[in-house]
Amino acid sequence: MYQAIVVLPLIGAIVAGAIALFGARSRFPGQNPPPPGDDHAAPHVDESHAHAAPSPDAPHAVAHETHHEDTPTEPSAAGSGLAELVTCTLLVISCVLSWYAFYDVGFAGHDARIPLFTFITFGDLHSEWALRIDSLTAVMLVVVTTVSSLVHIYSVGYMEEEPYKPRFFSYLSFFTFAMLMLVTADNLLQLFFGWEGVGLASYLLIGFWYYKPEANAAAIKAFVVNRIGDFGFSLGIFTVFYLTGAIDFDTIFAQAPGLVGKSFHFLSWDFDALTVACLLLFMGAMGKSAQFLLHTWLPDAMEGPTPVSALIHAATMVTAGVFMVARLSPLFELAPVVSAFVTFIGATTAIFAATIGLVQNDIKRIVAYSTCSQLGYMFVAMGVGAYSVGMFHLFTHAFFKALLFLGSGSVILAMHHEQDIRNMGGLWRKIPFTYSVMIIGTLALTGFPLTAGYFSKDKIIEAAAVGTNPMAIYGFIMTVAAAALTSFYSWRLIFKTFHGTPHDQHHYEAAHESPKVMLIPLALLAFGSFAAGWPFLSMFAGDGVETFFREALKFGPNNHVLENMESLPLAVSLTPTVMMILGFLVAYQFYIRRPDIPVQLARDQRVLYEFLLNKWYFDEIYDFLFVRPAIWLGRLFWKGGDGFIIDGFGPDGVSARVLDVTRNVVRLQTGYLYHYAFAMLIGVAAFITWFMFSGGPHG
Amino acid sequence: MIIGLGHYLSVAAILFTLGVLGIFLNRKNVIVILMSIELILLAVNVNLVAFSSFLGDIVGQVYALLVLTVAAAEAAIGLAILVAYYRNRGSIAVEDINLMKG
Repeated sequence: MYQAIVVLPLIGAIVAGAIALFGARSRFPGQNPPPPGDDHAAPHVDESHAHAAPSPDAPHAVAHETHHEDTPTEPSAAGSGLAELVTCTLLVISCVLSWYAFYDVGFAGHDARIPLFTFITFGDLHSEWALRIDSLTAVMLVVVTTVSSLVHIYSVGYMEEEPYKPRFFSYLSFFTFAMLMLVTADNLLQLFFGWEGVGLASYLLIGFWYYKPEANAAAIKAFVVNRIGDFGFSLGIFTVFYLTGAIDFDTIFAQAPGLVGKSFHFLSWDFDALTVACLLLFMGAMGKSAQFLLHTWLPDAMEGPTPVSALIHAATMVTAGVFMVARLSPLFELAPVVSAFVTFIGATTAIFAATIGLVQNDIKRIVAYSTCSQLGYMFVAMGVGAYSVGMFHLFTHAFFKALLFLGSGSVILAMHHEQDIRNMGGLWRKIPFTYSVMIIGTLALTGFPLTAGYFSKDKIIEAAAVGTNPMAIYGFIMTVAAAALTSFYSWRLIFKTFHGTPHDQHHYEAAHESPKVMLIPLALLAFGSFAAGWPFLSMFAGDGVETFFREALKFGPNNHVLENMESLPLAVSLTPTVMMILGFLVAYQFYIRRPDIPVQLARDQRVLYEFLLNKWYFDEIYDFLFVRPAIWLGRLFWKGGDGFIIDGFGPDGVSARVLDVTRNVVRLQTGYLYHYAFAMLIGVAAFITWFMFSGGPHG
Repeated sequence: MIIGLGHYLSVAAILFTLGVLGIFLNRKNVIVILMSIELILLAVNVNLVAFSSFLGDIVGQVYALLVLTVAAAEAAIGLAILVAYYRNRGSIAVEDINLMKG
């Protein structure tokens, strides 16, 4: 069964990929596809696939060029329907099996370890492909396959006008496979395989509209920033292997307590071994989960299609870092310094991303920064030792963040690929269903009582309040502040998008509700945004943690976070809710009652506003600190090292000297007969002279 | 004055030198080069005949006749080449004959 869960998406990816390849071959035999939008279709395309519905945004396509995701008017590739059917069906099967696995593992307690085959045996390094199924994996399986299958179905509607659907669905399924590989990993290498696999899928999907330069740039940025994290992650794996001589989790965890206090000698310094290992591993998590300092790729990743943003950059892939910390909790539990660092980074990200979210105008970017911020929450929980609570938020967040993203996608589609919330407004009359699910998503995100987000988020804040590590109080303050900001920017999004007066009358008139195939996944996610909270509360953050997670999560003997949370004063527990209401009221005041206040405020606080609007100038700082020096260094090596030294003294130099010599030799060959005759005579004279004075060759 | 071997050899040397100088000091006409080659061959012939006579060996003179024959053939071929060249290029000035290069 577990094999089926993991492999079915791969089969879907291969089938859809084959369809995409053969479709491309038959459509453009022997040549590259023309960039979409140039011409309408290759003349020999099968007419039966031609797109009947006229593109509704054609008349005003020019006016809003910058906001548009290009909608090529090419017909769908051959076999699109088949590719959709295959990938969606397999994913749904996988999802159903995952829910059964969730029950089987979580409640019936049937942990499993399924060896598949040996991967590498080399010296001391033994690595095999195996599926490690425990409660932690089961939670992730459910999250990944549920969101993924809903996104697959949603994409059928959202990508209606997209000509290259088989490729899209192939990538989506491939992503799901890689993510499942990641969460079922039994050793660090397998984890790394899934880790890189999702990175690749993310790259391919962000750059799915490869003819858009911004999409390409964003894809490369995501890939490169992730490589920085992965560099640390791989160093972490090496360190762990160096310390324990193994990379499979069982051996590592068994040896972990013996590593406490050991030092790690590198060059002439001694480091605490576990601290180094965990710090490096956490660096990988920072990259993948877009934490402070390595967050820059996530907002840019919104260049990809919206379902991709929902699946990869909100619900699943970015939580890989959180999952990894939870999976390695036996290590992190023993490295208190790193735990404090995790809390610090998480809390900083939570507040930092929330402040940026306050002023962004792109609907997807707001949600993206919100994701970033919520991931910060999860890391705060991980840092203070409340691993199960962090997983709880991961679980609930997947539902409501996927809902918000897919809802945003529905809004974007309704507005004909308009993403700027300043051009929206009053949409609730036009798209009431999307409006209501967005409200549900926002309630869950802001932590409205009894929604899923309320339980998980408040538990994180409570955990931070009782946490014992030195950063816990910082984490508490930041997460509480971020809760208010979250509420503010979420309601700002709702108010500016759905309320008030329409700012773009033309788009407003043409706005229409999305097709059913998109609305049903939204409805299911909306249901999840409520239902994922209360029923699971005790398993993740109450008495049931021990029986539910068992060996999957490790709580040290001094880790009493979960017990202490029970005895927290009511006032503390109520703080996040108060903050949420506060944020809502401010947003209501700003965007419904007195829409002139924010404008005035932005004008008065020009510097602060610009600072936030430009995302704390992180891109500019990185550009100055890393990108430019890297370009400068690259140019130095290219022009100076390779061009001047290697080429200059190597091939180019040698060939130039040869040319110099031959150029002079050529000049001797004039073509005049008497010059040749003269040369012959000189030669004869020389020979004779030689003969005369030396007596010949034998003299 | 008795004309000895030295005199013959001197004449031959002068003829040879004239021939050599004629080849590469000449800037005008290819025919002059052909004539210079003839001169060099004749200088050799003079040497052969002179040595043959003074050494009493008839083979030298036989060889001189052979050289004359070869020289005649060479002149005929050379002139034929010149005529063909003139037809092709319209000139036999030495300056214009400079195609023998890469």
